[in-house]
Amino acid sequence: MALLDLANPTRFMSLTDRLLPWLWGAALLVLGVGLYLAFFVAPADYQQGETVKIMFIHVPAAWLAMFGYGMMAASALGTLIWRHPLADVAAKATAPVGAAFTLMALVTGSLWGKPMWGTWWEWDARMTSVLILFLMYLGLIALWNAIEDPIKGGRVGAVLILVGSVNLPIIKFSVDWWNTLHQPASVFRMGGSTIDASMLYPLLICAIGATLLFLALSVMAMRNEILRRRIRALRLVAAATTVGAQA
Amino acid sequence: MIEALGPHAGFILAAYGVSAAIVAGLLVWIVLDGVSLRRQMRDLEVRGIRRRSARKAAANAADVAS
Repeated sequence: MALLDLANPTRFMSLTDRLLPWLWGAALLVLGVGLYLAFFVAPADYQQGETVKIMFIHVPAAWLAMFGYGMMAASALGTLIWRHPLADVAAKATAPVGAAFTLMALVTGSLWGKPMWGTWWEWDARMTSVLILFLMYLGLIALWNAIEDPIKGGRVGAVLILVGSVNLPIIKFSVDWWNTLHQPASVFRMGGSTIDASMLYPLLICAIGATLLFLALSVMAMRNEILRRRIRALRLVAAATTVGAQA
Repeated sequence: MIEALGPHAGFILAAYGVSAAIVAGLLVWIVLDGVSLRRQMRDLEVRGIRRRSARKAAANAADVAS
């Protein structure tokens, strides 16, 4: 089956109906293994002690906050260039999931920052840019809810998503461009990771598990959005038929 | 177990607790939204308002039955 064949709402519904239980199973299994390794195998950090355990949830949440917006930016291109309805559905469905993971990154970061930095919050470049990402997610959700026509709302939203995507490199490179409380990149960097393998592998496994969870939630939200549009279309047809019959 | 997490155990447990609550809240919202949408779709179908593909499938099923 060609990849383009999946970009059909009916085929997507049929395929994801079969795929979702496996996706959920894989997400729970991988996340479970990752958290077991994080809590019972990975050692305490020589400076942070056991507080480093927050890293195993904070870092995947922060990665997925950006990944979600990246997915929405790719979907926005699909909406504006190919005008594909499923691209629009994907962007709209991913927004609440991305917002939830961004909130998770902000809250867990704050809970990690207090014991390590002595502050819940600092208006530095990394934290502020992630807060802006969270507000952009909320703004997009509000925009979609404010415009009744999903096609029109999708196009307006797609433009706004692409404009907002300028924030992604700012988040990524903020720790290099400005002096912030955050340490520079320590996993994906030139010259390899600076994290010891005993912590790196549990972190990567947690990240894969969290990504599968993110995808499972996004697919469920996409299925809901397809259903919502079908109901709207049927109601419009029913209303038009009633008006036609009365005339 | 909690003692093993050191002096900042409260922060660690709060981080995992809040994360679990956020994911659970999101999941419940998505599931309830799906239940509500499927109910609305069923109500429309009961009133005879169906998608073209569903109408064709129903007609085919009726042909096979007769």
